[in-house]
Amino acid sequence: MSDEVSALGGVTRSEGIAKVTEMPLQGMVTVRGDLSDKVLKKAILAVTKLEVPVLAEINQVGEYALCWMSPDELLLFCPYASVEIILAKLNKSLLKTHSLVADISDARTIFCVSGSMARDVIAKLAPVDISPKAFQNGMFRRSRLAQVSAAFWMPADEVVHVICFRSHAQYVFTLLKVAAQKGSGLNVF
Amino acid sequence: MLILTCPYCGQKSEETEFHSGGEAHLKRFGPGSTDEDFQEYLFVRENPKGVHFERWRHIYGCGKWFHAARCTTTLEIFGTYSAQTVKPPKELRDKISAKRPGWSWRTYP
Ligand SMILES: [Zn+2]
Repeated sequence: MSDEVSALGGVTRSEGIAKVTEMPLQGMVTVRGDLSDKVLKKAILAVTKLEVPVLAEINQVGEYALCWMSPDELLLFCPYASVEIILAKLNKSLLKTHSLVADISDARTIFCVSGSMARDVIAKLAPVDISPKAFQNGMFRRSRLAQVSAAFWMPADEVVHVICFRSHAQYVFTLLKVAAQKGSGLNVF
Repeated sequence: MLILTCPYCGQKSEETEFHSGGEAHLKRFGPGSTDEDFQEYLFVRENPKGVHFERWRHIYGCGKWFHAARCTTTLEIFGTYSAQTVKPPKELRDKISAKRPGWSWRTYP
C-alpha cells in the first residue's frame, strides 16, 4: 500500500507575525441530508458522540468534530484511520434516509495559524469580521481566502484552523505565509 | 459595495463572497411557447434605476441560491429571501414601499 501524505508534507513557517503550519492528515467525512431529520441526528450522535451543530457552528470534542456547512451539509472530523468504519456505520444507519456520506479526507487540507496576531492574518484574506467580538470559539465560517473557497474556526484563543481544497493547498499556504509576513500586523484587534 | 446576508446560513458579507445570478422571478417559456414569449424570456430584462430584484448565490459560503431586493442607485439591500418562491414576499414589498414610495418593478408592488 502507498504511504498517505498530506499535501505539503506538514510545512511550517514561523518567522512572521503568526505561525503557519500544515496539519497532519485528518479524517473527514461529508454528510448531506436533512440536518433536522431524527434518524440522521441519531446516526451522527452514535458515531461521534456529538450533537448536530446549529447554524454556522462547530461542535468539537476530542478527536471528533461536526461543522455546519449548509442547511443540508455537515463536515465530520474523525481520526484518519477511523474513516472506513464510520462510513460503514453511517451508511448502514442511513440506508433508508435520503442522504449522502462520502470520505473526503484526501480532498481537503487543514492549516493552523497561531499566535497573538492570528486574527490579523485571516482578516487580510477573507471578507469576514473576525474581531474577537464577532468571531469566537465555536463558530464556523465558510468564506474565501483571496480567490479560493475556505472555511475557518478558532479551536482556542489565538489559534485559527483553516480548511481548503487539497488542490489549493500550495496557494493557500503561500497566501497565509505572505499575510503573516514580519512587521505586517494590523494592530486592530 | 453590496453587503448581503444569506437567508440560509445567516452570514453577512460583502458581494465578493457571493455571485450574481441575474434578474429574479423570471417565468420560463420553453418548447411550445410563442416566439414573442420565448424571445422575452431569453432576452428582455428589467434595467431599473432604483428598486431591483435579483438572484444571488452564496458561492463561497453555503452554496445556496437566494433572492435579494436592492436599490441600484444607493446599493442599499432591502432584504434577502428564500429561493423557493415565485414572487417577492409581501412583508419585503411593504418595507420597500415605506422607503421608496411609488416604486415599481414589473407588476409589483
Ligand atoms: Zn449562505
